[in-house]
Amino acid sequence: MAAAPDAWKPRNKALVWIEDRLPIFGFLREHTIEYYAPKNFNFMYFFGSLALLILVNQIITGIFLAMNFNPSAADAFASIQYIMRDVQWGWLIRYMHTTGASLFFVVVYLHMFRALMYGSHKQPRELLWVIGMLIYLALMAEAFMGYVLPWGQMSFWGAKVIISLFGAVPVIGNKLVEWIMGDFLPADATLNRFFALHVIALPLVLLLLVVLHLGALHTSGSNNPDGIEIKQHKGADGKPLDGIPFHPYYTVKDLVGVGFFLIIAAFIIFYQPTFFGLFLEHDNYIPANPLVTPAAIHPVWYFTPFYAMLRSIPSKGLGVLTLFSAIAVLFFLPWIDRSKVKSMRYRGAGYKIALAVFALTFIWLGKIGIGESTWIGDTYIARALTAVYFVFFLFLWAYTYFGWEKTKPVPERVTMHE
Amino acid sequence: MAHSNEIALQHPGGESGEVDHGRRRFLTVTTAVVGGAGVVAAALPFIKSWEPSARALAAGAPVTIDISKIESGQMVRFAWRSLPIFVVNRTKEQLADLPSLDPRLRDPHCKETSQQPAYCQNTWRSIKPEWLVMIGICTHLGCVPDYYGQIKPEPFDPHWKGGFFCPCHKSRYDVAGRVFQGVPAPLNMVIPPYHYIDDTHVRIGVNPKGAA
Repeated sequence: MAAAPDAWKPRNKALVWIEDRLPIFGFLREHTIEYYAPKNFNFMYFFGSLALLILVNQIITGIFLAMNFNPSAADAFASIQYIMRDVQWGWLIRYMHTTGASLFFVVVYLHMFRALMYGSHKQPRELLWVIGMLIYLALMAEAFMGYVLPWGQMSFWGAKVIISLFGAVPVIGNKLVEWIMGDFLPADATLNRFFALHVIALPLVLLLLVVLHLGALHTSGSNNPDGIEIKQHKGADGKPLDGIPFHPYYTVKDLVGVGFFLIIAAFIIFYQPTFFGLFLEHDNYIPANPLVTPAAIHPVWYFTPFYAMLRSIPSKGLGVLTLFSAIAVLFFLPWIDRSKVKSMRYRGAGYKIALAVFALTFIWLGKIGIGESTWIGDTYIARALTAVYFVFFLFLWAYTYFGWEKTKPVPERVTMHE
Repeated sequence: MAHSNEIALQHPGGESGEVDHGRRRFLTVTTAVVGGAGVVAAALPFIKSWEPSARALAAGAPVTIDISKIESGQMVRFAWRSLPIFVVNRTKEQLADLPSLDPRLRDPHCKETSQQPAYCQNTWRSIKPEWLVMIGICTHLGCVPDYYGQIKPEPFDPHWKGGFFCPCHKSRYDVAGRVFQGVPAPLNMVIPPYHYIDDTHVRIGVNPKGAA
């Protein structure tokens, strides 16, 4: 990182003094003003920066919640009520955190779907995708543990069910479940360790992964809706002809996205903070009771697609295996999909149809997962959808491996729709 | 933007091809001002959340104490807002010595009005001369002083007439909570608002009727 003699220098003398000893301003400049992003980003490119915004929101509101939360089985539920009723503006800070958690998944799912649309997971960005998947995993763990903390009925039974998944591990399963809980059922010890993991360990992991994600992004450069590499066409100055500096162009454009996003978020926070029982479930307003399971138990909406798979399969071991495979298979997507063409704009109809079917399958599974599932038909539909979910990957591999895909010619330069 | 000529080439401003810097500056400043106002507004709830909660405010409500069992010369501690409240039933001898200490005190006549309500701005710093009701917190750095009620030479003062001695940094107060000269504490100890409900019950946290 030692700056070359002709490297850029700040104008202010005090800043030059710092820059000579630690080239921090040059580093920031390199990754903002001198980071060239394709000029044809569309609506789908808002969700990365929005995810970062939500991460910051979760950290700040989380710090303030931790100031008043009491992580013990005896006091946790009451301390949430204390935050909601007694702490000045505590209700707002908590609703910002709970709404932020759900919107985090909305934004991350759209961000991942964007990658599938335009092939952002494909060579040379495979590692970027894998790091992104690790972020998704860490986020699921973070969200799950956060949901346990209020120690309501859904917290308790959600914890019990999710931790029991590990009981399906052969031989050591039951011991493993006891070890995770530190007791024979979710108890004080479980709540304490989940609190520590939720407020310290996983946020550190998430921040590190986000830094690596951005580092990988800035190494290969951003993909774009045309799925072509802007670095292949550079001007005499060495800058990509189809690139514009991230700052000020995309910082300003992202601010518009932030504005729209904050309007939607504020509407939910102020007018519908439980979001009709989806973001904050009704049963979680009842203190945890280890003797009575709520009538309709299901995880929060962002886990329900996988949950629907789990409960549709008539075998404990196979169900858990299916659930974990459904997430694990996503890691291998860059190698399953062998098409040289990245963007769906120039890919065969088969890919577009398969992607649409895959997305609808995921949403439908989610809808079944959140339902009360007393209708037997749902079980058969969920089994069929689970099959479709995995067939998508099989089809994608065969479609691209055997050359069945009829792609369109990819343009040399990015196209603008004006 | 001196380093980014290529930007101007790619994105010429307006039909003239010139960038309207005045317009750009106006938009930048107005956006920053509106955004800054939003950040300040969003920060306020977080700052306010550090203020005493409704629970703390409720716990800080006035308290009634019973002084009937406190004997002459004895001090008893009570709590109000989690603060130590010293209640001393002062002897005639202790009271008689108070005026003689004036030359050795920083503020013998209680000129510092923040340290006691107006109805306690007198020699004995109380409503009834024998009863001292005081927040027992040293005005230096917040320790709780000890009560040395007896009129006898003490290691820290050979002419001791009874009073309070802070173990943290050796500040001394007389038996009316008035601070001595030559110690770190700057002010007399604080007298809270209080009034007598009857001869044996004191309400701490509320002024007497008619007193400001």
